Amino acid sequence: MKNKNRLILAAAFFIFTLLPQACFSGSISSSELIKNAKEHDGKLVIFSGEAIGDVMMRGEFAWVNINDGENSLGVWMSSSMAKEIKFTGSYKTSGDKLRITGIFNRACPMHGGDLDIHAQALHSLAEGGQIVRKLQQSKKNLSLILLGALLLIWILTLFRRK
Amino acid sequence: MILKPRLEDLKIIGFYLGKIILGLAFSMVIPILTGLFCREFNPALDFIIGIEISILLGLILIALCRTDKDLNWMQGMIVVSLSWVVLMFLGAVPLYLSGHWKSFLDACFEAMSGFATTGLSLAQDLDHISYTHNLWRHFIMFLGGQGIVVIALSLFVRGFSGAFKMYVGEGRDEKIMPNVIHTSRFIWTVSIVYLVLGTLALGIAGIFNGMKPFNSFFHGACIFMAAFDTGGFSPQSQSILYYHSFIYELITIAIMVLGALNFKLHYHLWMGSRKEIFKNIETRSFFIAIIITFSIIAIGLKQLSSYPSAFILFRKGFYQLISAQTTTGFSTIYSPQFLFDWNPLALVGLILAMALGGCVCSTTGGIKMLRIGIIFKAIKEDVKKIIMPEKAVFSEKFYHMKEVFLNDKLVRGALIISLFYIILYFLGALIGMFFGNPFLESLFESTSAAANIGFSCGITSATMPAALKITYIIQMWAGRLEFMSVFTILGFLYASIKGK
Repeated sequence: MKNKNRLILAAAFFIFTLLPQACFSGSISSSELIKNAKEHDGKLVIFSGEAIGDVMMRGEFAWVNINDGENSLGVWMSSSMAKEIKFTGSYKTSGDKLRITGIFNRACPMHGGDLDIHAQALHSLAEGGQIVRKLQQSKKNLSLILLGALLLIWILTLFRRK
Repeated sequence: MILKPRLEDLKIIGFYLGKIILGLAFSMVIPILTGLFCREFNPALDFIIGIEISILLGLILIALCRTDKDLNWMQGMIVVSLSWVVLMFLGAVPLYLSGHWKSFLDACFEAMSGFATTGLSLAQDLDHISYTHNLWRHFIMFLGGQGIVVIALSLFVRGFSGAFKMYVGEGRDEKIMPNVIHTSRFIWTVSIVYLVLGTLALGIAGIFNGMKPFNSFFHGACIFMAAFDTGGFSPQSQSILYYHSFIYELITIAIMVLGALNFKLHYHLWMGSRKEIFKNIETRSFFIAIIITFSIIAIGLKQLSSYPSAFILFRKGFYQLISAQTTTGFSTIYSPQFLFDWNPLALVGLILAMALGGCVCSTTGGIKMLRIGIIFKAIKEDVKKIIMPEKAVFSEKFYHMKEVFLNDKLVRGALIISLFYIILYFLGALIGMFFGNPFLESLFESTSAAANIGFSCGITSATMPAALKITYIIQMWAGRLEFMSVFTILGFLYASIKGK
């Protein structure tokens, strides 16, 4: 019974506080957060972007860096949330696009003064995936032309020496 | 009367330049192998094109300028300064082909920043760059930190007297061993041993931080190269903040300090002479400078109440300070935070640390601690002369690997180079202000470029004017080479036009 009540309370908290903000207020940019960090310090923010690099598990929590196209910000989240992330951005993959709702810290006392967000909710906006990159023909041609020129110079050098 | 350079001068310069270019081409094999191993074929192709252009140019120069003559001082200096410019263009080719730099000028900026171990970056979307290109960014720091010419000397040249002239031209004037080739090889041995140990330490820390093993060791190697060579590039856009790890910060602090020490001091430490570290004027000046500049930064940060506790203030302030003093440029805060969370006093403390730099014969930039120590000794001597009886005879001495008596030649040399650095810092600031930036920000960015740091308070970006990009490229180049070889090439150009 107690657990049920807790669940209802948590759901109510989410519906009345986080959800309206998530639905009606747009995401804040990383540049805005960094530039006006004092204004947003300790407040609930919504931040959207692509998960990049490594999902760094730290016991029951994890660090995920999220890039909104301007900067990457560190997001501290529960490991269960982190496990929802399927792809992170790198050369070969595009990362999941995520919307994070959480508390913004200008100089987080828990994490050595880092500027970070402590996630309370994570919503996947779009799943990432593998990036298929075909061999660029123009580069291939250029390298072959240069190879030809190189051989020519080498042969000429040999003749000159003789 | 100024004499016009002879054709023979040009031939000798061209011949040795060609050899150094071949050295660069040889180094591009490493990113190509990385590209093939990581199945990044387009990036590997970028380096195949880069290597072909480099070999082509190197072979043409060697063939056209073939000579068996040795270099004189002027030629040695010109080979060095010209090599850095030519290698910047060649090193930028694979970067530009990757598409992560908006223009070839931006790629050149990145290449010079890498070779000069500065760390200012104009890369776009760094978080999606290939392993191949990322390795190259860090590898050119490793090459530049040890001295590109030093590398060519140790790999391709077997004992010639002109070697020392090129070695000096690259901003180093202390031989660790009697033979400069052996000195170069010692520098390389030290660097490779530290590379293995540093990569291991950072790789293991990365795994404990939750990174994947391959990424962890790749980042470890890159971060080591950037830290030991006091460069400051990082594989991800957030610099050291990406790792969210105190242990990573501690390891990088240790590597940065090691990189900032004189290679001659490393030699003595390797030989078991630990007392050197306590007696040497450079290390003493280095630690005194850290105490003074940290005090300024701490007071500044406290005035603004930037951080919630003393420990956090220390952690943030000290990390940026060590990064600045060792001229590395790693950061655990975002660039705009320098302007919003740090007050002018803290910024002045940081600019001072950047301007002073580390030890001579290390990979650091800036004025350097030996010169600062000598200048202070000279001031002390002058004050003593005033205070003591007129007939008193005394001579100031200092310890730098051995007891050295202070003389006018030493003081003059230290003062001239320091003065050139100060002029370079302010000249860059003036040009920054010309483009509408405030004084303190302009001075911060200019000092960062000229002392080869890599911190930015936001001015350095792909959208800044091309003239400012060129200004910073020249500052990085002149600051790294410590002026003499740069002045020689300017004199050479003047003589080519006005000489008879």
